[in-house]
Amino acid sequence: METVFERTPTFKDCPTHYCPGCGHGIAHRLVAETVDELGTRGRTIGIAPVGCAVLAYDYLDVDMVEVAHGRAPAVATGMKRTNPDKIIFSYQGDGDLAAIGTSEIVHAAHRGEQITVIFINNAVFGMTGGQMAPTTVLGQVTTTTPLGRKAEGEGYPLQVSELLAVLPGAIYIERCAVHKPAEVRKAKKAIKHAFQLQVDGAKGLSMVEVLSQCPTAWRMTPAEAVEWVDKEMTKVFPLGRLKG
Amino acid sequence: MCGNEALAEAAIIAGVDAYFGYPITPQNEITAYMSRRMPEEGRVFVQCESELAAINMVFGASATGKRSMTTSSSPGISLMQEGLSYLAGAELPAVVVNVMRGGPGLGNIAPAQGDYFQATRGGGHGDYRTITLGPSSVQELVDCMGLAFDLADEYRMPVIILADGILGQMMEPVVLNGEKRWPKREPPAKDWALTGASGRKQNIVRSLWLKEGVLEELNNKLHRRYKQIEKNEVICEQYEVDYAEIVVVAYGVAARIVRGAVTRAREQGIKVGWIRPITLWPFPTEQISKAAEELKVFLVVEMSLGQMVEDVKLAVAGKAPVLFFGRAGGAVPTVEQVLETIRQLTIPEKR
Repeated sequence: METVFERTPTFKDCPTHYCPGCGHGIAHRLVAETVDELGTRGRTIGIAPVGCAVLAYDYLDVDMVEVAHGRAPAVATGMKRTNPDKIIFSYQGDGDLAAIGTSEIVHAAHRGEQITVIFINNAVFGMTGGQMAPTTVLGQVTTTTPLGRKAEGEGYPLQVSELLAVLPGAIYIERCAVHKPAEVRKAKKAIKHAFQLQVDGAKGLSMVEVLSQCPTAWRMTPAEAVEWVDKEMTKVFPLGRLKG
Repeated sequence: MCGNEALAEAAIIAGVDAYFGYPITPQNEITAYMSRRMPEEGRVFVQCESELAAINMVFGASATGKRSMTTSSSPGISLMQEGLSYLAGAELPAVVVNVMRGGPGLGNIAPAQGDYFQATRGGGHGDYRTITLGPSSVQELVDCMGLAFDLADEYRMPVIILADGILGQMMEPVVLNGEKRWPKREPPAKDWALTGASGRKQNIVRSLWLKEGVLEELNNKLHRRYKQIEKNEVICEQYEVDYAEIVVVAYGVAARIVRGAVTRAREQGIKVGWIRPITLWPFPTEQISKAAEELKVFLVVEMSLGQMVEDVKLAVAGKAPVLFFGRAGGAVPTVEQVLETIRQLTIPEKR
């Protein structure tokens, strides 16, 4: 029988701690496939965030470091500047990158650091139980917006990709999703392109934002969560290439 | 060369691969110096967006096995405490220089020693220590640089050099490449470093340990290492302690003032000596405890309202009186003030 699909070697064969219906597993696999397809496992260093993906090193079989909340782009800067031959990527959630870590991501992009950022946007702080994130959409109920997010006093959803796209140091920014197979394929292409730029020595930061479903914090079934990404989230966070 | 520039060049001689800095007075000469010299040497210099970023860039470079450092002054060092805690938890070497200024808050830009607690107690969250060196001359600042990198690598932990605005700004003759005061140590192999998992299993640098009991194991391991450091790495200088009735304890620039005051007091026939800790952690507890065996009076002089004095009291353990004289807020005690304080001390009757 012909094998048409198999686990890519850099994606470890182990049980997952992610909830049923979570998008992290898919995004992890896309990163692992990319590393294997580019043949860069031996010179790749990954940075795990604070949040649900803090244990990313349990699944991705590359050298990895775990860092303080939001600081991954600064850590990545320290790594890449001292190791220009290595492929450095950070994997960060929206609590990590869009709240506490805005300074670090903006300035890493601003300096044109030659790193790759995988930005997982699920519109909440997942790990801590589903609080409002800067990316939470208006009206969305979270544990800290029990009546739904209001623009007044709580702000509008923060569109980090659009924000970074105006910086000359950010050379490639694309927003993808992993809620249906066609989008997963597009996300894979984008992630591979972002890594490829770094492998080619392109002068600047590449980032792929991945809209990811979080059924647990959204208080939805996995099927409802997929639907919500499709109908609601993509309205606020339109998919597509923003830069490069 | 001012102290700031001398320490920067000493770091280059010590083999620093990367320097990450953010402007703050009174240590700006370091960052300016490094911005020119590091690229000349083909090494890394980055002016960061914040001290938070600086310490995390140090973290990143260090995680790949490179020698890296940052420098700042008191308010900036406060911002770095998060990173220092993570460095300690992840067992990463790093060198951080604090050219102390007056505080709390924005304080002022005058020299002070108010960050002693922060430096010697860990400073950030969690159960950890940082080796802290307190040089008292530009030459010693230079000598401490090589030692700091060696200690950081050997014990896989952050090392702080606690200088102050006077040392940073002062010009003194220095020998940069002379005979090493503390012999260079062979750096241990960094087989834990993140270099890309080529032909080996993946390396992970982390500080999160959720499984029951695992973090306590790490805490215990660090504790054993700290005990080892306390046993092996104490450095302090003493002068005429054996024959003294009064022992003055001071570090850094304050110790230079004390030296002047003690010399003059001895000319006046007062039996006084001094102890100068160079490692503030590990603290010379044993040396001070030994001096306290014979009944003496201890006087601690600091450019704060009393921080190291607590360590002296712990070492003396009630065996002798411990008195204190200090100036804070960027004020520097004068030789005359210290001399007068020594003259006023009452020597207890020998039993």
